Amino acid sequence: MTVLCLVELDAGGTVAAASLRGLSLARAHASATTGDPADSAPPPTIPSGPSGPSGQLAAAVFGAVDQLPLGTLGGAGVSDVCAVPPQYLDGYAPRAWARVLAELTARHNATAVVAAATDRGSEVMAWLGAITGKPVAANCLSAQRSGDGMYQLVRQRWAGLLLEDAILESSPALLTAATDADLGEPAAPPPMAEPAVHLHRPGLTEADLAVRATETADEGGGVSLATARVVVGGGRGVGGPDGFAPLEELAGLLGGVVGVSRVVTSQGWRPHTMQVGQTGTKITPELYLACGISGAIQHMAGCGSAKHIVAVNTDPAAPIMSRADYAVIGDLAEIIPALVAALKERG
Amino acid sequence: MCVKRVPQVGGRIVITPDGQDVETRMSGFAISPHEECAVEEAVRLTQRLGGTATVLTLGPPAAAEQLRDALAIGAGHGILLETDGREWGPIATAAAITDAVRRKAAAGDSLGYDLLLFGNEAADTGDYQVGVRVAESLGWPCATGIKHLEVDGATVRARREYRGTGETFEFGLPAVISVKEGINLPRYPSLPGRLRAKRAVLEQHQPQWSADGLRKTGLRVPAERRQQATVLGSGPDAVPALVQLLDELGVLR
Repeated sequence: MTVLCLVELDAGGTVAAASLRGLSLARAHASATTGDPADSAPPPTIPSGPSGPSGQLAAAVFGAVDQLPLGTLGGAGVSDVCAVPPQYLDGYAPRAWARVLAELTARHNATAVVAAATDRGSEVMAWLGAITGKPVAANCLSAQRSGDGMYQLVRQRWAGLLLEDAILESSPALLTAATDADLGEPAAPPPMAEPAVHLHRPGLTEADLAVRATETADEGGGVSLATARVVVGGGRGVGGPDGFAPLEELAGLLGGVVGVSRVVTSQGWRPHTMQVGQTGTKITPELYLACGISGAIQHMAGCGSAKHIVAVNTDPAAPIMSRADYAVIGDLAEIIPALVAALKERG
Repeated sequence: MCVKRVPQVGGRIVITPDGQDVETRMSGFAISPHEECAVEEAVRLTQRLGGTATVLTLGPPAAAEQLRDALAIGAGHGILLETDGREWGPIATAAAITDAVRRKAAAGDSLGYDLLLFGNEAADTGDYQVGVRVAESLGWPCATGIKHLEVDGATVRARREYRGTGETFEFGLPAVISVKEGINLPRYPSLPGRLRAKRAVLEQHQPQWSADGLRKTGLRVPAERRQQATVLGSGPDAVPALVQLLDELGVLR
């Protein structure tokens, strides 16, 4: 029995962090499936032949064969890498990627297909669900297959503010793995020799390629909100578009960036690209310094994965106080400039 | 554009005693945030290019309120796909919307829709797939996560960001686009708009529910990992303690 996982690569060719989580969910499922008596009764019909895959965890990767991160994939428990090199399919085309997953699912007789719930992973799985007519369970934290072929799932709702227990009755199971949840440290995979590489040449139609991405120039530049080690947050308490200078200066001193709440962007004080929250960016810094932010759940959905939260707020009863580790009570317009001065003095 | 009625949640989410739904007796309802932007985008497009913006929702009779919210900011027509309050999965929802689109195209007196706008994902379920499923069954192209949209004649140019890089999609109409908050800043309804919306006649249909293969057994609130913040002090006097804390956390350079 095989689980297939879509693995996304970063610009440098390394495995994207979200995809490692996807692999971890897939691996947990693949190993749980192995010992399942219901599975071992009829011999699985895995295609044979010199290049026929035989393992339990197969990764679908779009990229040049000589640059595949085989070490990382092997370390994550991948036994088979199914590579689609640029000469077969260049760039991102969501329906074509889904077609590849459908072909690999059939070829590997996969019981489940997993992708990280990134924008691309979610989009490709939606297409896979659409072209196969099967349900997709989004934002899963865990998936257990029972003897009767049903899946017991836990998945996020409300961007992780709620958990849903659900039963998925579908084969193969199509799942996306939550990208921001605190899944805990995944169990170390069994030592795996370097995975076998299979080249896959997809049979694509014109409709599969009707939608293709053209990459345009970098928009951000500098430290990005999603990956910053320190984020200084500004909310309604900043008071207006002109109140952000001390926050920007503090973020600069700490090597971080400024993020804002939804109120700030809906008032037009700062652009939406700076928003932290359910409908903005989800952040995972070492420190989130939330200034003048009440802590509405829409906001907490975006910053709840910060390792440490320090709140600066005039209201000791604000909801953020029950989510922050530390707090300073008072006006950020006095406190932040004083903090900036103290840090500068410290040198 | 297709919108979904979801509970308005502020400070915290409470679950009903049977563990099946979000408690809504004390909260209002709203259109999901990404979809508010879809409505605004549709209104802007029709104001610039002509034509009519139709707002559609699938939900209980009370979801007419969300249709009227969209009509108040400039949508011209509202369609309610009425349910009996059961939760609809993405497959059944997409099928009902596809039927509504085909019904419009089949109506002899008018042409079909040129563009279907969705929010990227609903605030509550976050399934991220209804727009794609509708596109697949209509055979239309689709782009999701869109934050910038241009319609030029019969061509759509849609842009989004992906990990710091811009991605542009270009294809012909008719098409499906799922938008994200940030594509625009939705306007507030005017008083005449509200009055017009209140009087508007909604088109209503009762589509057939079907099981999706994914069945919710219950909802729960995850255990919070934090309790109460340790207060370092008040006002600028707390700055030395704050500096010491930042030092201990290892974030000072």
